[in-house]
Amino acid sequence: MYNFFGWQLVTGNLHLAFTQHSKHMKKVIPAVFVFIFATAFAIQQQPAGLKAAIARGKTVYENACLACHQQDGSGVPNMNPPLAKTKWVLGDKKALTKIILKGLQGGEIEIDGDTFHNPMPPQESVLNDQEIADVLTYVRNSFGNKASMVTMAEVKALRAKLK
Amino acid sequence: MKKKFLLACTVMIVVTAFANDTTRLHSSATAKALKEDAPPITLPQGFTSVVVTSGLGKARHLVVAANGDVFVKLEKLKDGKGIIRLHDGNGDGRADEISGFGNYRGTGITIKNGYLYASSDQDVYRYKIDEKTGTVDTASEQKIVTGLVAKNQHETKSLTLDNEGNIYVNIGAPSNCCQVQDRVKGSPGQDPCPILEKAGGIWQFKADKTNQSYGEGVRYATGLRNVVGLDWNTQVNELYVMQHGRDMLYQFYPDLFSQKEGAENPSEEMFRIKKGADCGWPYCYYDVDKKEKLLNPEYGGDRKKTDRCADKTKSIVQFPGHLAPNALLFYTGNQFPDKYKNGAFIAFHGSWNRAPEPQAGFFVVFVPFKDGMPSGKWEVFADGFSGFTQGASTGKAKYRPCGLAQGPDGSLYVSDDNNGMIWKVSYGK
Ligand code: HEC
Repeated sequence: MYNFFGWQLVTGNLHLAFTQHSKHMKKVIPAVFVFIFATAFAIQQQPAGLKAAIARGKTVYENACLACHQQDGSGVPNMNPPLAKTKWVLGDKKALTKIILKGLQGGEIEIDGDTFHNPMPPQESVLNDQEIADVLTYVRNSFGNKASMVTMAEVKALRAKLK
Repeated sequence: MKKKFLLACTVMIVVTAFANDTTRLHSSATAKALKEDAPPITLPQGFTSVVVTSGLGKARHLVVAANGDVFVKLEKLKDGKGIIRLHDGNGDGRADEISGFGNYRGTGITIKNGYLYASSDQDVYRYKIDEKTGTVDTASEQKIVTGLVAKNQHETKSLTLDNEGNIYVNIGAPSNCCQVQDRVKGSPGQDPCPILEKAGGIWQFKADKTNQSYGEGVRYATGLRNVVGLDWNTQVNELYVMQHGRDMLYQFYPDLFSQKEGAENPSEEMFRIKKGADCGWPYCYYDVDKKEKLLNPEYGGDRKKTDRCADKTKSIVQFPGHLAPNALLFYTGNQFPDKYKNGAFIAFHGSWNRAPEPQAGFFVVFVPFKDGMPSGKWEVFADGFSGFTQGASTGKAKYRPCGLAQGPDGSLYVSDDNNGMIWKVSYGK
């Protein structure tokens, strides 16, 4: 929303600036950029809830994921893939969340030429939106991973879309 | 430049491939180097081990011909080959000629009456073999069994033969406990379990008939979740199998099983199989603490109810949970001390479903037998494969025992499917 208005503002003022040759242009544009950066930074800067989400996610992980992906996220050769720095864990959040909601058949993930025999059990009937958001936030910030958090709203929206 | 090089390589590979019945992979000059980094597997007093070869990758089951040549079935092709032949020319136990054939991956391999049998995950093949020289006539390849269920989970096919011209093939259930949704917490067990029609048991086929499938086969035993280790006991003429028990008891039923109980339950079981046996999966499991076969919680079990499990075939040996028995071999040689004669060696692959309890069971055990029944407690025979000094994740295990074979001189061979190491274990040498 803010960004959207930000752009509106820029184009509007640019137009003004060019037609009026006013000094405003020089002041308004930097101000707008600062505003945009600040907003972006706020999003990047993870809300204060990150720590709490990771802590909650750790418990979810222990109950629902640890058996297969192991305590240290190293997985089990031929059976369950690792969760350390994989393109699924660090990549597109929607694709990642979909894996958790809908599961995988087994044999769908390939890492260095190896596939995995177990299925990834769908969690849509087991975990709620908050738990999925938390566990993914935990996974994306453990085992050497560093990535943005997944929010409950994101999980909720995707769950509704995949219904 | 690159193209020319590739072309040259292809020509070379093709030429080599046609040059012999089996393709030489490389003549191993690495035997000496191997000696140095030979992993210290531990054995009972008086036994020694030699590393036959290493680096075969996913070396699953293996068999030794009468001349001493070792044949190893690979789950991942090595230089395009799925069966590796190891020849020891100078008798020091180490392979100095390594060749291969068969372009399919798989687990099962055995030799009987002049034929070498090997399996992919769907099919069983056989080849004529001259056991005096170890020469395999690869052109004689016949597909004897085809179209078996193989759906990712428990997909490997192990093989053994009786003395009446029958071959036994395990067909593992592509499932943990036949839930409506496999491995999803809270999903109920299907009743009856439809998987049992084409999997979850041992099928019997004719050893000399081509292209048999379910129609020509006999479901010899059912109610077996997944068997990887099986052997025909020639002393009592019966089939023995090792079942991989179900997973996730603690994860799905924390009210019934503590974390520790979930790591120990259910037992990995050895069954002595008569035709028509029903060993109980998915309805039943063996409870380590209660010491009996009980109803699985997916089918209403509460760690007390026996219900329909009362009349299922009972196991004859029970082991701690999740250790994954991948090979069974009845020892018929004369080299080892008397107590080993006709007893059972079992190669355990090691666990994963014991986490966060320490993983365990990367070892070979021995069970003494008398007249086809266990006559004493099981004991660890060979250990030290994982390299763990304390519990670590399964993926950190250095070697994982997977196959067992007996040599013509009574030596015991062990394969590892993590790195493809093969050991030869001898007594008093
Ligand atoms: C029954 C074992 C099992 C459980 C429990 C399980 N997974 Fe998986 N998971 C798998 C397997 C097997 C695959 C690969 C499936 C395939 O290749 O088709 C997988 C794939 C994944 C992937 C994508 C591949 C990768 O390694 O990055 C992610 C991410 C993942 N799981 C996260 C989780 C999370 C989070 C949980 C807990 C909510 C969980 N899994 C629970 C077995 C499991």
